[in-house]
Amino acid sequence: MTSDDSLSLTRGAAGLVATDVCAWFGGRLVLENVSLGMPRSTVTALIGPSGCGKSTFLRILNRMHELVPGAQLAGSVELDGTDIYAGRLRATDTRRHIGMVFQKPNPFPAMSIYDNVLAGLKFSRIPVADRDALVEMSLSKAGLWNEAKNRLRELGGALSGGQQQRLCIARALAVGPRVLLMDEPCSALDPTSTARIEQTIAEIADDVTVVIVTHNMQQAQRVSDTCAFFLAAENEPGRIIEAGPTDVIFSNPNDARTMDYVHGRFG
Amino acid sequence: MTTLAPPPTTSAPVNGSPMPRRIGTPLRPRDFGLADVGILVASLFSSFLLVWVVFYQLTLLSGGFGFLVCWYGSFLTLYWTVTSQIIDRRVATDRVFSTLVITGASLVVGIVAFIVGWVTWKGATHVRANFFTKDMSHFSPADPHVLNKIGVAHAIVGTVEQVGIAAAIAIPVAVVTAVFLNEVGGRGTRLVRTVVTAMSGLPSIVAGVFIYSILVETSLSHYAGFLASLALFILILPSVTRTTEEVLRIVPGGLREASLALGASEFRTVWSVVLPTARSGMITASLLGIAIAVGETAPLFFTAFGNNNMNPNPLHGAQQALPLVLLDFVRTPQGALVNLAYATAFILLSLVLILFVLARVLGRPRTKKAVWRARLRSLTQRSKTSEIDLPKNVLMMSATSIQKESP
Amino acid sequence: MILFLIGLFLLIQGFPAFHVAGWSFFTSSGFQTVGKTKHFGVEASLYGTVVVAVIALAVGTPVALLTALFLSEYAPKGLRPYLIACVDLAAAIPSVIYGLWAIFELQPNVVGISGWLARHVAWIPIFKVTTPKVNASLFIAGLVVGIMIVPIVASISREVFSLTPPGEKEGALALGATKAAMIRRVVLPFGRGGMISAVMLGMGRALGETIAVVIILSETFQISPHILQSGGSTVAQLIAIHFGTGGPLGTHALLLAGLVLFAVTLAINLAASAIVSRSRSGAGVDL
Repeated sequence: MTSDDSLSLTRGAAGLVATDVCAWFGGRLVLENVSLGMPRSTVTALIGPSGCGKSTFLRILNRMHELVPGAQLAGSVELDGTDIYAGRLRATDTRRHIGMVFQKPNPFPAMSIYDNVLAGLKFSRIPVADRDALVEMSLSKAGLWNEAKNRLRELGGALSGGQQQRLCIARALAVGPRVLLMDEPCSALDPTSTARIEQTIAEIADDVTVVIVTHNMQQAQRVSDTCAFFLAAENEPGRIIEAGPTDVIFSNPNDARTMDYVHGRFG
Repeated sequence: MTTLAPPPTTSAPVNGSPMPRRIGTPLRPRDFGLADVGILVASLFSSFLLVWVVFYQLTLLSGGFGFLVCWYGSFLTLYWTVTSQIIDRRVATDRVFSTLVITGASLVVGIVAFIVGWVTWKGATHVRANFFTKDMSHFSPADPHVLNKIGVAHAIVGTVEQVGIAAAIAIPVAVVTAVFLNEVGGRGTRLVRTVVTAMSGLPSIVAGVFIYSILVETSLSHYAGFLASLALFILILPSVTRTTEEVLRIVPGGLREASLALGASEFRTVWSVVLPTARSGMITASLLGIAIAVGETAPLFFTAFGNNNMNPNPLHGAQQALPLVLLDFVRTPQGALVNLAYATAFILLSLVLILFVLARVLGRPRTKKAVWRARLRSLTQRSKTSEIDLPKNVLMMSATSIQKESP
Repeated sequence: MILFLIGLFLLIQGFPAFHVAGWSFFTSSGFQTVGKTKHFGVEASLYGTVVVAVIALAVGTPVALLTALFLSEYAPKGLRPYLIACVDLAAAIPSVIYGLWAIFELQPNVVGISGWLARHVAWIPIFKVTTPKVNASLFIAGLVVGIMIVPIVASISREVFSLTPPGEKEGALALGATKAAMIRRVVLPFGRGGMISAVMLGMGRALGETIAVVIILSETFQISPHILQSGGSTVAQLIAIHFGTGGPLGTHALLLAGLVLFAVTLAINLAASAIVSRSRSGAGVDL
């Protein structure tokens, strides 16, 4: 019996539901009772000013939060009905089902582009029938194939920043995740690379549910189907103020604070 | 909840009317549950039984150490096999690796604790007051009360003098070298750094042989305590230099620029800002160097040579030292001396421990910001007076050095 | 400058011995420097030095690297400074105390294993024993020296490991790697250069270790592959034991032996620093 069987699900995009999620850092509550549904095959944007717990929430969704010393949490996160915190899934398996792309591109600099794409499979010792095909598929999905196909043996660090970030997306996709979490993936990139990655997000959204943290209102508007607005008052933990379809949040939100934020009046 | 996720919900109370909601208890998720503890304990227990039967009953071996090694080996094998059967191979490898890493670290801690504890247990009870006041000149193995008539006072005096002189030379030289490497820079830096690195690996016995070959063999001097100091100086110089340099490097560059911008000269900056800021770290470096010098034995053969009588003069005549006298006791085992040997080991180790703990305590940074601020303030007052004396010169100096610092 | 002087003086002072013995200094063993037949050399001692160093590395390196990994990756935050202090303390304990501990506590516990190996796996040549005793052997000396080099190797490796970019570690974990896989694929490749040079520095220390070897090893000048049996010699031990016993020629011979030891360790240390400064992890590490 392998641990994959414990999650008896078919591959493909999956919905995520977070219920009453709280988070602590060293005893300080930073996130209070956050509940959010992230439907299958959609793009959800998490917006809000800095320090309101968006990234913490994102890292709770694939159990990266617990890597921080002194971090604690409560609540549940369900991946197509299976609670990732209920004990049946291991953190490592959860992270294979729910991939992550970080703010700063972090390809493995000592590995070739080819090996970078296959890194996740190598880490997990998953046998691959056709490596070349998988590399081509992942790089194509991430929109890097045409630029990288003739330099697959070059080191990952030799690419430009935008290409590195797309390599990281390809690397995450190669494992076959059902959800992809992106933590401000474009904040370190130039506008052209940003546009390229936004295009990539739109293309992969059918195969994988995307949750993206962004500070860029236009980006949230462009890429996401639904949107959640986080806010933390002074000395208080972060909460979701409002969540809903992106066009509603941006045109006609319920809460005045949401209106102010999406129109750049504070934060 | 299979295909369609529920519509996005808002969870927070709207407009600041706080609804009391129950917050879940904070947890740290762990992938190591009760069942996993069960596997661990079961593996430990069954491998113990297995090895016990094989080791003591079938092969009739003896020795606790061998038993532990075999037990540990079969425990790892069993643990890996069971975990890979119940969970999977990746997890099994991860668990076994964690176990190995924890064992490795515990071994080191265990050995240190064992050595310190053993020396204390064996030595502390045998320490007598006369060990600190008498030397070995009245030693006669036949005397039943010999332990009341002998001691290692001569070795204590020797060690203190030799190490003291070595430190008195080494610390200033090390600080100057470190300042040169870190603050002055220039072409020689690379060479000096390589030499320091290479010196740090110099076997201690070679340092002793070297001092012997230039001073004793050439008849410039005879065995004496200060020769030992010279050898120890060679040995602790590189480590003190390196640690000091590291400490200097973490003094923030902004502090230097601030001082230079206030019109202080480069020398003044190093003297009044950089060195005082790095003082606690430099004390740590020096004390650790001294702690190591106290325990060095090999270079003393050829320099201090050793002696049974008190010789307080480090400049003339053979001198004893604590590690050297201890080695003598160990190499010429005489019943009466065993207790004295343990006591000497205890005294030596205590000395090293005290220096070590002192180094840690004094090296602990105080509230650094406050210290720096006070330094800068005192500097402003001082440099205001010097500004009147030679403003142009100082300004030019600071300008050039700022250029040098910012690439 | 000092280094150059050391080399020069040892060369000058060792030369008379070289004059007598010639290159046979390196191909003969023993220490017969007075009387009519002069016969001395460092062959067996060099061999013993290398054997002790190899055993020390085989014992010390795994423990040191595991300790370094524990300190940098596993140790709880609150515990870490104390453990680091403990490793530093292990480096500060005088070697004479290690030797004392080894001969009274370690050796009695280890001879059992030596004896068992000698009885049951003697078909492996290195475990064969031709002397009646299995104490005071190169193996036990190597074991002690191995324990002594652990703190050096561990503290340098720990420093290198802790420089691993956190982004790379997170990236590996986010792909579903276990901690062990992350360490194997990210931390160890990153720290490889630093690790190699740490081990080489440990080796330099092991080659030059004198006191613990003097206490443990009973001196015999024979080159034997049977590491478990009693007796052996190392260069440092040769110098320490025979100092002042061999007349003027003996002193010169010992100084020449010192030069040999000096040259070997210097070469190893320079190589170590060259490796670390060239590796990816080495930029921020000072040896």
